[in-house]
Amino acid sequence: MSREDVVTIVNDFLIDEFELEESQLAPDALMKEDLDIESLDFVDIAVIIEKEFGLKVTSEQMIKIKKLEDLYNFVLDQSKN
Amino acid sequence: MGVYSTIGKNIDEVTESLYKGKSGIVLDAERKEYGFRSSLTGVIERPNLKGILSRRERVGLPEQGEYAYIATMEALKNARIDQDFLNRYEVGILYGNDSSSTSVIEAADIIREKQGTMRIGSGSIFQSMNCTVSMNLSVILKLKGINFTISGACASGSHSIGLGYLLIKQGLQDTIICGGAQEVNALATGSFDALSAFSVREDEPTKASRPFDRDRDGLVPSGGGATIILESYESAVKRGAPILGEILGYGFSSNGEHISVPNVDGPVRSLQMSLKDAKLKPEEIDYLNAHATSTPVGDANEAQAIYKVFNKGRVPVSSTKSMTGHEMWMGGASEVIYSLIMAHKSFIAPNINFENPDEHSKYLNIITQTKEQKISTFLSNSFGFGGTNSSLIVRKI
Repeated sequence: MSREDVVTIVNDFLIDEFELEESQLAPDALMKEDLDIESLDFVDIAVIIEKEFGLKVTSEQMIKIKKLEDLYNFVLDQSKN
Repeated sequence: MGVYSTIGKNIDEVTESLYKGKSGIVLDAERKEYGFRSSLTGVIERPNLKGILSRRERVGLPEQGEYAYIATMEALKNARIDQDFLNRYEVGILYGNDSSSTSVIEAADIIREKQGTMRIGSGSIFQSMNCTVSMNLSVILKLKGINFTISGACASGSHSIGLGYLLIKQGLQDTIICGGAQEVNALATGSFDALSAFSVREDEPTKASRPFDRDRDGLVPSGGGATIILESYESAVKRGAPILGEILGYGFSSNGEHISVPNVDGPVRSLQMSLKDAKLKPEEIDYLNAHATSTPVGDANEAQAIYKVFNKGRVPVSSTKSMTGHEMWMGGASEVIYSLIMAHKSFIAPNINFENPDEHSKYLNIITQTKEQKISTFLSNSFGFGGTNSSLIVRKI
C-alpha cells in the first residue's frame, strides 16, 4: 500500500468518525493539542486500523503517536511487518 | 420536567397522546425472527445527536442514555436552568436505570468472534455500566453535586425521585436531576420474554396492554427517558423557577417474599407510608396512577392493596401503561410526569382497554375514558422484581 493510500484512508476516517476538517489534517498536526484526540480515542483508532488495514495493533503502541505523520508512518511500518 | 417516550417525544406530544388515549405499542418483526414468545413492544425513534453532542460524549452514551439526554434537556429548559447555572451551583443527579444490555451483548459477541478485546472500542464500558445514564449526563452537563444511579427494578425511576426528595428535605442538596431511562430493543428484553410475562395478543397490538382488565395476559415491554428537576422550594422561589408541583410523600417497602411474584402487603405498606409522610388521608388523593402492568397476578394484588388503603377504593385510578406499555426502569419517573401533566391540564388519562373487570378490579374506580377533572394531589405507584415498592405523593402547584 502506498503512502498516499494510507494518508487518504486515515484522513477519511478522521473526517468521518472524529468529525475533523480536512484543513486540520496537516502531517505535523499534534494529535492531542491540534486534533483533540486523547488516549481513549486511540482505542477506537486501533479498531478502525484493524478494520481498514487488517493490522492488529494495541492502544499502547498507538499512544506513542504524537503527530498525524507518526500515525501514517505507524500504519506503513506495521503493514511491512 | 421532560420526557421522550413511545407516546410522544416531548411534554406537548405526550400531553396530546394522554388526552386522546393513544397507544404506543406495535409488533416488532425482529423479535419474530429471533423466535421471541411475544413480538409486542413500545416503539420509539432513536434521536440523532450528531452535531448536538461531541463524538466523545456520544460514543459512551447507550440508547437509553440518548432518551435520557433529550428528556433532561427538555426538563432543564422548562425549569429555566442553563449551563451557567449548572456551572455555578452544586446540582446533582440521581437517575433510575437497572441494566444496559446492548453494549454488553455486542462486546461479548466481539470477544467470542475475534478471540480478543481490541475490537470492542472505547465506548462500550461506559455504555455497559448500570450507572451509564447518571455517569454520562453528569459529564455532559458538568454537574458538581451528588451523582449515582438508583437500581430498583421497575421502581428505579420512582425511587430516584423519592431519594432526591429525601436529600433535598435533609438540606444536603438544593437541586437534583431525577428520572429514569429504559432501552427499547429486542435483545435487552429477551430474558424477560423467557419468563412468559409478556402479552401474546399479537393480533391487536394496541389492545395488548390492558391493566386491570379481566382478559389481560401479560405486560408489553417499552421504554424511553423521563426527567424531573427536583429543587428546594427556597432555591426555586429565589430564582423565579416555574414550580410544577411539590413532593409531599414518599413511601417504600419490600415484600420480603418471592423474586418475581408480587404480594398485597408490601404495596399496602408503601401506600400507607407515603400517606403518613404526606400527612394526608386517603380521601385527599384526587388521582392514583397505578403501577398495574397488565400481568394477571400483579394487577390483582395492586387492586387489592388500593382497595384496602383507599377506603373501599373510590379514588380515581388509571394505569398509563395501558398506552405506553411497561417502561420499566423509566416508568416510575415518567408516570409522575404523566400525572403532573394531567394535574396541570385538569384531566385524567384513561386506562385504555379496560373492558371487563375481574374479581378485584371491579371494586376500583378505574377511569376508562378521558375525564375532565381537577387534580390537586396525586399518588404514583411503582413496584418491581424482588418485591421493591415505591409510592410518591405529589401536589400540583
